[in-house]
Amino acid sequence: MLKSKNIPLTITFIVGIIMIVSFFIPHRPFGDIEQISLKWYSIIAGFTMLLGVDSLVGLHYRKIKRKEENWQHSIVLIAGFLMVVIAGIVGTVQFGSAFDEKSFFTYIYNYFIVPLQSTMFSLLAFFVASAAYRAFRARNVDAALLLITAVIVMLGRVPVGEVISPYLPKFTDWIMEVPQMAAKRGIGLGIYLGALGVSIRIILGIERSYLS
Amino acid sequence: MATIIGIWIAAGLTLFIYSFLYKDNHFYKFAEHLYVGITAGYWLIYTWAYTIQPMLLDPIIKNKEFILIIPAFFGIIMLTRWFPSISWLSRWSIAFTVGIGAGLGVTGSIQGFILPQLRSTILPITGFDFATFNNLLIIFGVITTLVYFYFSKEHRGVLGQGAKIGMTFIMIAFGASFGYTVMARISLLIGRIYFLMFDWLGTIF
Repeated sequence: MLKSKNIPLTITFIVGIIMIVSFFIPHRPFGDIEQISLKWYSIIAGFTMLLGVDSLVGLHYRKIKRKEENWQHSIVLIAGFLMVVIAGIVGTVQFGSAFDEKSFFTYIYNYFIVPLQSTMFSLLAFFVASAAYRAFRARNVDAALLLITAVIVMLGRVPVGEVISPYLPKFTDWIMEVPQMAAKRGIGLGIYLGALGVSIRIILGIERSYLS
Repeated sequence: MATIIGIWIAAGLTLFIYSFLYKDNHFYKFAEHLYVGITAGYWLIYTWAYTIQPMLLDPIIKNKEFILIIPAFFGIIMLTRWFPSISWLSRWSIAFTVGIGAGLGVTGSIQGFILPQLRSTILPITGFDFATFNNLLIIFGVITTLVYFYFSKEHRGVLGQGAKIGMTFIMIAFGASFGYTVMARISLLIGRIYFLMFDWLGTIF
């Protein structure tokens, strides 16, 4: 009985309906429900972080135990993880918050996470450029349009664009504000209409894949 | 001194990652694994400091908000996935969060996106100036893009022509987004090179 899917389906239905009702009745007790639900959502999502960390650390622990290929790198991952967690706990005890400017946790953030993150993303500049070189062949009108628009936007965003023509940055702005905006809006409307449909299907219990 | 050590660590890790441009190697893998491990730890502490402690523990202990035992219960039963015999309980938590997401999906989609975007699309087209031309282009672009994604009827005749024009708008949008993304990545690259040239080499020369 408790194991059946009817209980979670009922929970989804009740919670979903309460959320919709609270939107249409902005008075107490319904008025506060949206804010309270978002807070509760964050709390539950916070617990899922433990599941994710367990999965990651467990995977690499097993890799080390079985001495799989490149297992030495898994030691680096777990050591890095433990270093930050210990720094966070020590920072909390020592300064009241791990995020205190003087804590080692903040030091790790500034000198490990920030450079690693920005370098990882900057690396994409090279791969995007090489992918573009292969993909951007003006085989037909649509591909040519994509290529020309990308080149105009890139040139319009750097000082050399203004040197080529003072109209280039203005033309870039026009592309971003008119044709780009129109297509983006059309795509967005499609996405949100789809999300609306899926949400209604979930609340009514038609869409159940999240329970499998 | 700590700052100089930090700069050297950051520079070393930056160079380790850029070594991937030559080929996949152990230095890159070291930095990559370190990044994943450190980030996981960071988000764990972040979740504790900004969610669990201020939203759950402090209100229960200090303000006696015992109603918060309900999300705590759902959060704890989410962890039953660790125990296969009772892992079915975690479905309740998933159902709860999915219910909130679906409810917000209905109201948020309509109120937060669909209506405001429609309101911004229904623009005046009464004059004979450049602004009117732009407004007309926006209306036409939105409609033809939507037509392109309408698959319930075969794209033939007027629908086919509309879809073709929609495709043109989509290509312009993708090209513009691509150009914008490339510029954002290049500005990050410039930032890293600036760091290596001035911050790091500045500690040597």
